[in-house]
Amino acid sequence: MKSMAAELNTQIIRLLALLLLTVSVHAASLFDSSGSLTPANNKIDTLVLARLQALKLTPANLCSDGVFVRRVYLDVIGTLPTASEAQQFILDQSSGKRAALIERLLSRDEFADYWAMKWGDLLRIKAEFPINLWPNAAQAYHRWIHDAIRSNCPLDKLARDLITASGSNFQNPPVNFCRAMQSKTPAGIAQTVALTFLGERAENWASNDLANLAVFFANVGYKATDEWKEEIVFFNLASTNPGALNGSPRKAVFPDGLRVTISPDRDPRAVFADWLVKNPQFARNFANRAWSWLFGLGIVQEVDDFRPDNPPSNPELLAYLAGELAGSGYDMKQLFRLILNSKTYQLSSVLPGKNPAAAMNFAVYPLRRLDAEVLIDAIDQIAGTNEKYSSAIPEPYTFIPDNLRSIALPDGSITSSFLDMFGRPSRSTGQESERNNRISAGQKLNLLNSGEMQRKVMNSRMVEFQTTGNRQIPDIISGVYLGLLSRFPTAEEQETLQAYFKKFGPSRRQPTVDLVWALINSMEFIYRH
Amino acid sequence: MSAFYFDIEKQRPRISRREAIRRAMLTASGLMLANHLSFRTFAAAPAARAKAVIQIWMWGGPTHLDIFDPKPEAGYDYCGPLKSPIETNVSGIRIGELLPLLAKQADKYSIIRSMTHGNNGHETASYLVQTGRQPGGRTVFPCVGAVVSLAKGYDAGYKGLIPPYVVLTEPQGRFDEAGFLGSRFRPFATGGNPVQTPFAVEGVVAPGITEQRQKDRRELLHHLDTLAHALPENPQVTANTQAENMAYDMILGDGAKVFDLSQEKPELRDRYGRTKFGQSCLVARRLVERGIPYITINYSGWDNHKEIFPAMRRQLPEMDKGLSTLLQDLGERGLLGSTIVWWGGEFGRTPKVMWEAPWNGGRGHYGKVFSAMLAGGGFKGGQVIGSSDAKGEEVKDRPVYPVDLIGSIYAQMGIDPATKLPNPEGLPMSVMPVAADGIKSGGLLKEIMSA
Repeated sequence: MKSMAAELNTQIIRLLALLLLTVSVHAASLFDSSGSLTPANNKIDTLVLARLQALKLTPANLCSDGVFVRRVYLDVIGTLPTASEAQQFILDQSSGKRAALIERLLSRDEFADYWAMKWGDLLRIKAEFPINLWPNAAQAYHRWIHDAIRSNCPLDKLARDLITASGSNFQNPPVNFCRAMQSKTPAGIAQTVALTFLGERAENWASNDLANLAVFFANVGYKATDEWKEEIVFFNLASTNPGALNGSPRKAVFPDGLRVTISPDRDPRAVFADWLVKNPQFARNFANRAWSWLFGLGIVQEVDDFRPDNPPSNPELLAYLAGELAGSGYDMKQLFRLILNSKTYQLSSVLPGKNPAAAMNFAVYPLRRLDAEVLIDAIDQIAGTNEKYSSAIPEPYTFIPDNLRSIALPDGSITSSFLDMFGRPSRSTGQESERNNRISAGQKLNLLNSGEMQRKVMNSRMVEFQTTGNRQIPDIISGVYLGLLSRFPTAEEQETLQAYFKKFGPSRRQPTVDLVWALINSMEFIYRH
Repeated sequence: MSAFYFDIEKQRPRISRREAIRRAMLTASGLMLANHLSFRTFAAAPAARAKAVIQIWMWGGPTHLDIFDPKPEAGYDYCGPLKSPIETNVSGIRIGELLPLLAKQADKYSIIRSMTHGNNGHETASYLVQTGRQPGGRTVFPCVGAVVSLAKGYDAGYKGLIPPYVVLTEPQGRFDEAGFLGSRFRPFATGGNPVQTPFAVEGVVAPGITEQRQKDRRELLHHLDTLAHALPENPQVTANTQAENMAYDMILGDGAKVFDLSQEKPELRDRYGRTKFGQSCLVARRLVERGIPYITINYSGWDNHKEIFPAMRRQLPEMDKGLSTLLQDLGERGLLGSTIVWWGGEFGRTPKVMWEAPWNGGRGHYGKVFSAMLAGGGFKGGQVIGSSDAKGEEVKDRPVYPVDLIGSIYAQMGIDPATKLPNPEGLPMSVMPVAADGIKSGGLLKEIMSA
């Protein structure tokens, strides 16, 4: 795959001399295009605009093609576009090219890798402390969710499988849902279910509400087998439910207050799942999460803390998205498609001033630092390197294939100081706020000056490629920009850099290294924008 | 509404740039952007004897029988070839035969031979030993270093440029040291190798890049940061610029000097041993001199399931050299009285040697009884606390649970055990567990604490 990319790069560079004559980018049009939020592209835009008008807020312009291609790759597949992908998109003159790109990305293999990572955070897929799934089970669980995402499994089926599964943690991976928590008590499972599927913190509910929900998980049993670390999750009739043993039906109350009588031979988890997937909060929860995954900000924020005193910033928008999600048969890709094709999603990130209200109401695409895994993958793509991941304990050792990208890591326990420094979630609780994308001086030290980064840049495939042969300086500059920032350089940038290159005389290598280093450390590289 | 978009920093009182640098260097996550935790209550804590802790974390679980709890009478099946423990400079205390230098320093430290928690899993036992808490609840507690950096760090008047909690050289991994306190209280891991010159502390010291080139590159970056120029008022841009300036104050400023071991006499470096562990001990002493309150030396290589005796012959002399020189050097500089040295791992190792293949003379995990060592910071030396039975398999008397050792360290550091630990969910949690938490305890180590 990498050599193919390099080959494509070669072709691009051959074109570059010509292109430079035809493509001239000015700073003014660098991040924005001339379009605006009106006329609306779909109902999302209408609802967002109505809110902005009510608040007398002016939205940003639509983003430029260069910004869009980079944004949509990073947001949909967690992957940096290659130089050729960016360039082909920018030069494509067809009118429906954004919608067409969205479709292509929704069917890429990396789509499942990236979203399995997000789901891995929610489902706490981790071999070791404090979740202790054990490596085999973590791998099986990850593969299961990856397959479900690749086949676009409807969310209601996904939820039902996770909540009701019985069997071996190795053979029937969704049983790991009930294992992936520190407190495997009925109340502990109830809290996890409420957090994951309702976006609510059951520990803040009235105490009898939590106890009522716990009733549905009172018969979850766990037992070991002769196989090392195998565990069976099963419907345990004998567990804390004397009624079930003597054959009398049990009574339970759903979180919305509805009462139900459960026959003694029925696993109460299945009764709960029936209720859950028909409950409007289930759709609201996932509609809000999907929105926040693409905008970095929920309509209800924190996304897993729905409660009466934490209302949505745009209730009509949330209701519309939840309705669309339920109406599509819980088709997550369809919801992504709807959001990605809105003009709201395609707004520029450039809106002068501080604008906290504008950001909160989606009048501008918010800047945010790349996820740890996405950032290191992007750097590795430029460098032509791979991270070496392995896990020395517990025995037997876990080896991760060399060519596995960081977004595809199956197990949150795999040690990596880079990922930890850049805020990979510990997967202890499943709360989305565990992922920390705030910038810090320590992270800056790493990117600006660590030995590892210096080596990656110095020996990078990008530098090697640009300085091999007798490439002209303007071509080198354009090639590096396309590969790193997914756009052509502006005239001013060309000028600055040509002057910088001149200082080094005939040497191309050192100024190219400096250029790659500088762009990796620029906000445009490190932030979604 | 959203911690990552809005500038929480602006709601705080303005602080000087240097102060901001100090604060942000605190952890990998720096900047305190979402810091809702405050720990000023520690200011009123009891008087402290100790100012700093050097934790020598014996990652993997060091064997108690071959180090601080020898059992020659138990025979070959228990002690293998290491059957001749040596007398120390404190009469009645014997330690493993591979530790002749530590044997001459026994008056400086005390040995606990009755540590226990009963867990044999690395992660869980690491958590137990370093937090004193039982795993399994909904919360993950912070370990000692994070609590000390909370109590003795920037919020309590610490002013250093180096973060208050430093790990030499790699973090433990797979165990979130800061727990619910959040990533602001994670340690700063140096990376690099202190044996090499220069000691390339990750991000701070980049060998082969001149100061001039650093400056040229910084200027180039500044010119090319087009998005940042387009959004001068955006809070993310402000945060990014601030973090970058702080990083450069470390790279081009004087933050890096503490790691420059060429300022030490070569003879002293030799005495510590030109090993990663030995030189880490020396760096730890330099950090203590500059007021860093908590330093962990993450010393791996002690998970000796197989062929343990050859491994101990290789590794213990290195440990002996580094640790004994550290104690001596701290003592000579008058720092031992205010610096706790805590040696120990997550558990001990099976007393009975596994001679069969594939272990070929190895030892497994053993949480039922193991050893720890404490020196300095007001702890008396030359004592032994508790004992294991004749074969080192059970606690014989005076069980010491992790919480007892941790609580004793907090007491010497002047950290009030009842102080509340701030947490995002606002739950009532204190530095030390309360009776209702049901944590087993054998009591603080009064035997070696001055009244």
